[in-house]
Amino acid sequence: MTEEQTAVMDAPDTETQNIVRTRGVKRVYQMGKLSLEALKGIDMEVQRGEYISIMGPSGSGKSTLFNMIGALDKPTEGKVYIDEVDVAQLDAYELAWLRCRKIGYIFQTFNLIPVMTALENVTLPMIFAGLATDEAIDKGVDLLTLVGLGERVQHKPLELSGGQQQRVAVARALANDPAIVLADEPTGNLDRKTGREIIELLRELNQGKQVTIISATHDLKMLDVSDRILWVQDGRITKNQRRDELDLDLGQIGAEEE
Amino acid sequence: MTTESATMAGTTEKQISLPLSKAIEISFRSLRIRFWRSLITIGGIFFGIAFLMSILTSASINEALVEGGSPQVRALLEQQGADGDSATQQVWLVSLSLLVCVVGITNAMLMSVTERYREIGTMKCLGALDKFIIQLFVLESTFQGLVGSIGGVIMGCLFMLISMMTSYGWDPLVLFPVLEVAQNGLYSLGAGLGLAIIGALYPAYRASQMPPADAMRTEV
Repeated sequence: MTEEQTAVMDAPDTETQNIVRTRGVKRVYQMGKLSLEALKGIDMEVQRGEYISIMGPSGSGKSTLFNMIGALDKPTEGKVYIDEVDVAQLDAYELAWLRCRKIGYIFQTFNLIPVMTALENVTLPMIFAGLATDEAIDKGVDLLTLVGLGERVQHKPLELSGGQQQRVAVARALANDPAIVLADEPTGNLDRKTGREIIELLRELNQGKQVTIISATHDLKMLDVSDRILWVQDGRITKNQRRDELDLDLGQIGAEEE
Repeated sequence: MTTESATMAGTTEKQISLPLSKAIEISFRSLRIRFWRSLITIGGIFFGIAFLMSILTSASINEALVEGGSPQVRALLEQQGADGDSATQQVWLVSLSLLVCVVGITNAMLMSVTERYREIGTMKCLGALDKFIIQLFVLESTFQGLVGSIGGVIMGCLFMLISMMTSYGWDPLVLFPVLEVAQNGLYSLGAGLGLAIIGALYPAYRASQMPPADAMRTEV
């Protein structure tokens, strides 16, 4: 067991490896005497380098599943493995380390720290990770340039448009070269055009940097950049479609949206 | 499995860190962006400490006057008498005012925590440990305590000196017990800082216990 896991940690570049794997994940919320089963047994895998969208209406358990994958919540039953490590076995330090180094988060509401400049927002996770200030600044500027904000590194979030703020958030998510980027409705607070740009940016990063992207969304524009779409309904995965299986439906849905 | 998690914990402690200078910078800016609100909190500490300091200064100056004051001043002092009752009353008043001060700080910090739920959750998502969050909030309160206390010490001391000079002429200034007042000033400063930290402990703890998933919530 130990040897096998060490071997896995030593060789993280194995192409076929599952970066996220869940087995029989259930999550029950206790609300007084009522217990609400938000997830009713989820089995799924995400492979390194994939771009996955989790689709589902609100209340479907999509967010709960998303929190499980992001090590933000622990399952009531079942197991979540991130990079083949059982999340339930990790203590507070290890969880913080996982969130800092392995996972990058992108939020619907951007969630930049308002008192910090774009650059400081991007360098904060690097400072947590113990990077020297100079190194962090160099890397932060590189990342902001990568997302197209090289000219605005010293701007505060409030001096940036929504799309630009989300770009800063994308740069921040990439700060510690995570294996997974988790995006929760990343286009939810953006207009259609800006949303499109963010989606394209994510897709470029996914292909260029080989980052795994997992995105919870009900934005149909997300569909045609995803490698795979998981449809969640009523606490279960109801459909697991590859993009090539989807093309027929998409025309229809796209037409509906216009 | 156990060996693996042990080595992982070992490296984790080295890898997750928040240098003090950075923490100070962050908390200082959080205060600056809420300038007027922090000013109110600072005001609470200021008045509490000014009151404490004025009582202490008055006692020190009185003592100096009894020892070395002119005959007229001593006559005046004797006439008023050293009233034991009013001294106990003053201790009560000072204690109460400091208590109000702590409650005020706690209240202001709790508000600040609630307001920053998402920010705290985001920091946790970025890998912040519970203790970073505690550190940030306690530092913030310490700054407020420091500024309020320094102001309070100066104000309390000056106020009492001037007020005694109006009653006793130049003697309180000539005989001003510098060393003793300085010592009292340090005590008051310590008291102010202590209160600020005590007041911030519970709010900071509550902030640190916030689940990172709350950063994902769109409402609030």
